[in-house]
Amino acid sequence: MNYQSDNKGYYGTFGGAFIPEMMYQNINQLQNCYLEIIESSTFKQEFRQLLEDYAGRPSPLYYSDRLSEHYNTHIYLKREDLNHTGSHKINNTIGQILLAKRLGKTRIIAETGAGQHGVATATVCARAGLECIVYMGEVDVARQSPNVEKMKMLGAEVRSVQSGSKTLKDATNEAIRDWINNPVDTHYIIGSVVGPHPYPDMVARFQSVISEEIRVQLKAKTGRETPDYVIACVGGGSNAAGAFYHFLNDPDVKLIAVEAAGKGVASGESAATTQLGRPGVLHGSRSLLMQTADGQVIEPYSISAGLDYPGIGPMHANLFITKRAQFLSATDDEALKAALYLSQKEGIIPALESAHALAALEMIEFKPDEIIVVNISGRGDKDMETYLKYYQSLK
Amino acid sequence: MENRIISLFQRKDKNILSVYFTAGYPNLNDTQAIISQLELNGADLIEIGMPFSDPVADGLVIQQSSEIALKNGMTIHLLFQQLKEIRKSVSIPLILMGYLNPVMQYGIENFCKQCSETGIDGTIIPDLPLEIYEAEYKVYFEKNSLSNIFLITPQTPEERIRKIDACSKGFIYMVSSSSTTGAKESVGNEQIIYFERIQKMELNSKRLIGFGISDMASFERASNYANGAIIGSAFITALSGEPSLERNVLTFMQKFQ
Ligand SMILES: Cc1ncc(COP(=O)(O)O)c(C=O)c1O
Repeated sequence: MNYQSDNKGYYGTFGGAFIPEMMYQNINQLQNCYLEIIESSTFKQEFRQLLEDYAGRPSPLYYSDRLSEHYNTHIYLKREDLNHTGSHKINNTIGQILLAKRLGKTRIIAETGAGQHGVATATVCARAGLECIVYMGEVDVARQSPNVEKMKMLGAEVRSVQSGSKTLKDATNEAIRDWINNPVDTHYIIGSVVGPHPYPDMVARFQSVISEEIRVQLKAKTGRETPDYVIACVGGGSNAAGAFYHFLNDPDVKLIAVEAAGKGVASGESAATTQLGRPGVLHGSRSLLMQTADGQVIEPYSISAGLDYPGIGPMHANLFITKRAQFLSATDDEALKAALYLSQKEGIIPALESAHALAALEMIEFKPDEIIVVNISGRGDKDMETYLKYYQSLK
Repeated sequence: MENRIISLFQRKDKNILSVYFTAGYPNLNDTQAIISQLELNGADLIEIGMPFSDPVADGLVIQQSSEIALKNGMTIHLLFQQLKEIRKSVSIPLILMGYLNPVMQYGIENFCKQCSETGIDGTIIPDLPLEIYEAEYKVYFEKNSLSNIFLITPQTPEERIRKIDACSKGFIYMVSSSSTTGAKESVGNEQIIYFERIQKMELNSKRLIGFGISDMASFERASNYANGAIIGSAFITALSGEPSLERNVLTFMQKFQ
């Protein structure tokens, strides 16, 4: 089975490019040239060098003694939290800024939820000397304020979005509107494996360095290139896409995608798209989408701003439908508990998003000789306020 | 029966005034009254907006009217019910305009059939690109004599404009500038250069210019370079205030007499 997109951006029946004519020129240009550019040897060379010297790759694959003991199995943590800017998002923004430069673009826009993609975009724009505007929902501006300050210090303009649920979906709408109004000089750095073709495939390729490294690192540590499980959280799905990428065609590797259940899948306040969604079109692609019977998008909820999105990338919709990946979901409370546990057992404070992946360790029966890789997509600095509130509530 | 859009352009090919409004705004059941008042006051064509929660091609005014319409309870089902008797009293062409997802959830085939039974003449679905329409959707639209209208923008390359021209039935919707919907101050010189460029292409299709057309001056300016123009946000803004729907439509339309 082929789990990659075809040349029109379809993963099975999901994907494509459902865009208004106003975006045609930019999307068409990207579709026509992205592979040629990002597969060229000069691009690859520059990309690799920056990942190494600027982002600090490879990120370590760390054997967690204490989690392994607790769950009676072998657990490795892929430390994307140790990347420059604190998450996997930098892998994609380094790739896209190099692309934008080659396209001659001078102005960069981005959407952000947790602010990690916003910071990663502002960072590469500072280095490249390009103007940077980041759209962020008003709710997220409030709950991820350290990242807002970072973006400003990096020279980006943060535009607070007031429409809809004032979170990631609405920030994405606003970024698309900006691009429609500024088609000539602007490149839109989408932060996940969502959006019209070629974004899902392009972002997955930039993030695929995660699983490329896991294979090499695991081989060196265990003699095996493939683990039994890879576990990652899914907002739009970019860290999961990167962690799964080089294992898609290894059927023995179980891929576990963890969505945000919010206050519970049936609570009406959730972001568990595969459980609550149906096929639909939003933000330029056909995927699974949380929506009413009339096709209006339902406003999602999660304590984690990066997972608070009513859809998932088309690649993941296809992995779900074909059952190549298993989709689980973790509630706010389960994620908070998992974050606290990792902090106190391993001295690693994970991002709230990544904590959802850790929460899945509670939901699976592992065998003692199995190897599990959990992708720690980011660090928890931005979430300290939320964590403190939770911690105090336990006292 | 002859498609009313095509017969309109046969009858009249200058200064066609097309007006857009969002169904369900300002009040849920204003749809019929707005259509009747628009026809009575000289509109040549009406675009009825089917509201969507995430209208990415729209500016603030249509975003807000859509949000209110949805809060009021507007759905495609309800809209077809409201329009059931419309052809007993209204004879100008009617177009449904909205984003793909609600139409997809309603069911494309069923949607086209309902349009035909209701007396709808065309559709505008901005996020349904030409290529996907041609490959997957066209059969249902043509079976029901619906003209699906395509957009072009200042960025659309000539070759693509020719392709859109060849696929168009009804008219081509010329987006006046690189922007989302919403009233602008005026029609500027850059736009005129684009209008002239398209005019010189001598396309087969009729053309209406929309986005940013707000008053008699911008309407006339745009109409010089096409068969007419489309007004949306400015009309919606005019609808919302006192004293009454009838007066508001009348006052607005009088500006174009
Ligand atoms: C640390 C971290 N992990 C995960 C995500 C979710 O995004 P994705 O599903 O694209 O990896 C985010 C998004 O902001 C994030 O900041």
